[in-house]
Amino acid sequence: MSDKIPVTVLTGYLGAGKTTLLNRILTENHGKRYAVIVNEFGEVGIDNDLVVGADEEVFEMNNGCICCTVRGDLIRIVEGLMKRRGKFDAIIIETTGLADPAPVAQTFFVDQDVQDKARLDAIVTVADAKWLAARLKDAPEAKNQIAFADVILINKTDLVTPADLIEVEARIRAINPYARLVRTVKCAVPLTEVLDRGAFDLDRILDIEPAFLEDGGHDHHHDHDHGHGHHHHHGGLKHFHDEEMQSLAIEIDGEVDPDKFMPWINDLVQRDGPDILRSKGILAFRDEPRRFVYQGVHMILDGDLQREWKPGEKRTSKIVFIGRRLKTDEIRSGFLACKA
Amino acid sequence: MAAPNDSLTKNVVAGDIGGHVAGITFFGPVPVFASGEGTVQIGLGETARTLAAHDGAILVAAGDGARLVTGGDDGRVVTTDAAGQTEELGREKGRWIDALALGPSGAVAWSAGKTVTARDGKGALRTYTTPSSCRGLVFAPKGYRLAMTHIDGASLWFPNLATPVETLEWKGVHLDIVWSADGRFVVSSMQENQLHGWKLPEKAHMRMSGYPAKTRSMSWSHDGGWLATSGAEAAIIWPFSGTGPMGKAPRECGVRPRRVTRVAFHPKSLVLAIGYDDGMILLVRLTDASELVVRHVAAGGAVTALAWDAKGDRLAFGTDEGPAGLLTLPGVPA
Repeated sequence: MSDKIPVTVLTGYLGAGKTTLLNRILTENHGKRYAVIVNEFGEVGIDNDLVVGADEEVFEMNNGCICCTVRGDLIRIVEGLMKRRGKFDAIIIETTGLADPAPVAQTFFVDQDVQDKARLDAIVTVADAKWLAARLKDAPEAKNQIAFADVILINKTDLVTPADLIEVEARIRAINPYARLVRTVKCAVPLTEVLDRGAFDLDRILDIEPAFLEDGGHDHHHDHDHGHGHHHHHGGLKHFHDEEMQSLAIEIDGEVDPDKFMPWINDLVQRDGPDILRSKGILAFRDEPRRFVYQGVHMILDGDLQREWKPGEKRTSKIVFIGRRLKTDEIRSGFLACKA
Repeated sequence: MAAPNDSLTKNVVAGDIGGHVAGITFFGPVPVFASGEGTVQIGLGETARTLAAHDGAILVAAGDGARLVTGGDDGRVVTTDAAGQTEELGREKGRWIDALALGPSGAVAWSAGKTVTARDGKGALRTYTTPSSCRGLVFAPKGYRLAMTHIDGASLWFPNLATPVETLEWKGVHLDIVWSADGRFVVSSMQENQLHGWKLPEKAHMRMSGYPAKTRSMSWSHDGGWLATSGAEAAIIWPFSGTGPMGKAPRECGVRPRRVTRVAFHPKSLVLAIGYDDGMILLVRLTDASELVVRHVAAGGAVTALAWDAKGDRLAFGTDEGPAGLLTLPGVPA
C-alpha cells in the first residue's frame, strides 16, 4: 500500500481556480516532486519537470458494465511514468472544467496494472464561491464534480458576502455532506488539506462522518417535494435540498448478515449504478471480529475486511450514498432488511 | 518445476542497467539495452558503453540486429547503431512516443497519441490519424504496410500508397499487435485481458480469452506454428499451424504461482524463454516441456525485456528496476 504512488485528482468548473491551486502545489517548498498530468498541454505555464498532456480519452470497458468508463490515456500515462519511478513522489491529475470525475476514479479501480502501482488519494474540487450556485443550476458537470469530491475548496471567498458564503456552503452540503470544505482566497490553503488525504483508503473511511450530521442527528435526506431552492433553518445552519442530487446515510444499530448484504448491495449498484455516483460503508458482519469497509464509484465496488473492532467500540453498520434520483425509501428498507 | 541441476544460472553474466529496462536487441553477439533513464547501453559489464539517447525515459524500443530504435517521453525517436552513433529520426513536440515498430529496408513507424508516423528507408515521412490513441504498431512481413491498434480494432495502412486504409473491427481497447510471418494472422492484445485475432484476408475473428491479466508480450515461434503470450501464471502458447487456433486448446508452459511478464521464442528451435513478475526466467522446450532455470527469483522486480541474438546462442534479459543479464548457452565460444 505505502509504496504505491499517491494520485490527487483536481477538478473544478471552468475558471474556478484549478490552475492556481496546481501552481501553488508545485511551487510551495515541500520537498516533494510531482508528476503532473494536465488536460490542456502548453496552454498555461506550469513550472515543473514532469508535465504530460492528457487526451481525456474516455472509453467504456467491454465487461458488461454499462457505466464502467475509464480513461485510456491515464492507463497509458501511468504505465509510462512507472518507467521513471524514483523521479517523482506523487501524481497530480488536472481534469478539464467539463470533465466527469467518474472515469478518472474508475481507472484506478478497474485497471489492474494501474491499481498495482498507484492509489487514488483524493478528489479535490475547486469551486468558485461567486458562481458555483449558478453553475449548479445550469451545468451538470459542476454538480458531478461537487458530488465526487473528497475535499472542496471554496475559492474566491473575498468576492462574496458572508451570507452568500453560507448559502453556497449549504448548497454544496445538499449534494455532498461528506466532503471536507475549505474556504480559500486564491487557493491559499495549507497543502496538507489537499494532499495525502487518504480519502480512498478503506481504513480512513471513518472520515465520512460529516460534522454537521452530528448536529442533532436530524435526517437530512428525506426526499419530500420541496420547491426548488427551498431551505429551512435548524440551529443556525441553512439546508438546501437539491432536487436531482442527494445523499443518503443509513445506520443499523448492530450487525449485518453478509449473506444478505453482499447480494443486496451488488444488485443495487448493478441496477442503479449509473445514478449512484459514490458509495461507502463500514459494516459489522455477524461473527466477524473485523470491520468490513467498502467504497464504490457507480457500479464498481471495492471492499475488504479491515482492522478489528476495538474493545468497547460499538458494533454498528453504516452506509452512505451520493447520487441522482436515489430511491431513498427502497434503499433504506433494503439495507435494514440485511440486519443480522 | 526444474530440478536443481537443470540450471543454466552459471552461464549467466549479471549486470545492472540503472533503470527500468524498456527493451533489448543484439548487435551480433553484443546485447544492447534501452533504459527508463533515457540511456542506451551497448554490452554488459566492464566493456559496456552507455550513451545518452533521450532527455527523459525511454518508453518503447525495437531492434533488428543493426540498430536499436527508441522512443521516449521527450517525444523523440532515436536510432543507435553498433558504432554507438545516435541519430534523431523524429520528434513529436510535447508528446510521448507510445508505440514503435521496425519495418523492411530501414523503415520505422511510431505513434504519439492518435498520430502515427511512418518513415521509410529513404527518410520519407507519412502520417495517419487513428480514430483513438494508437497503442500498438507492427509492419506486415512483406511490403510496406502497417497495422495500428486503437479502440474497437486495428487499421491496416499502406503509407506510400493511396489505397484506402482497411479496418479490422472488434469492440474493446486494443494494445499490442503482432503479424504472423506468413501474413495470414494479425493478433492484438486487449485491455479486457484477452487476445483478438483476425485471419486474413477474410478477416475471420479469433477470440483468445481466459487471461487473469493483460497480455503485454507476444512471440512467434521460428516456424510460425505457435504464438507464445504473457498475462497468466504460465506462458500461454496458441497453435497457429494450419487453420489457426480456433477450436484448439493452447499449451501452458512454465506453470508457476507467479505472473508471466515476458516471452521470447528461440530463433531456431521450439524453445521458449519465459520471464516472470518475480524476476525468475525459465527456458522451456515445447516438444517435451522440459525446463531449465536461467535466473532464480531475484531483486529487481518483474522481467521487462527478453531477447535472443540472431544465432540463438545468447539470451539477454532486463528487469523493472535495472538488474539485467546475459545467458550464453553451453558450447558457444565466449
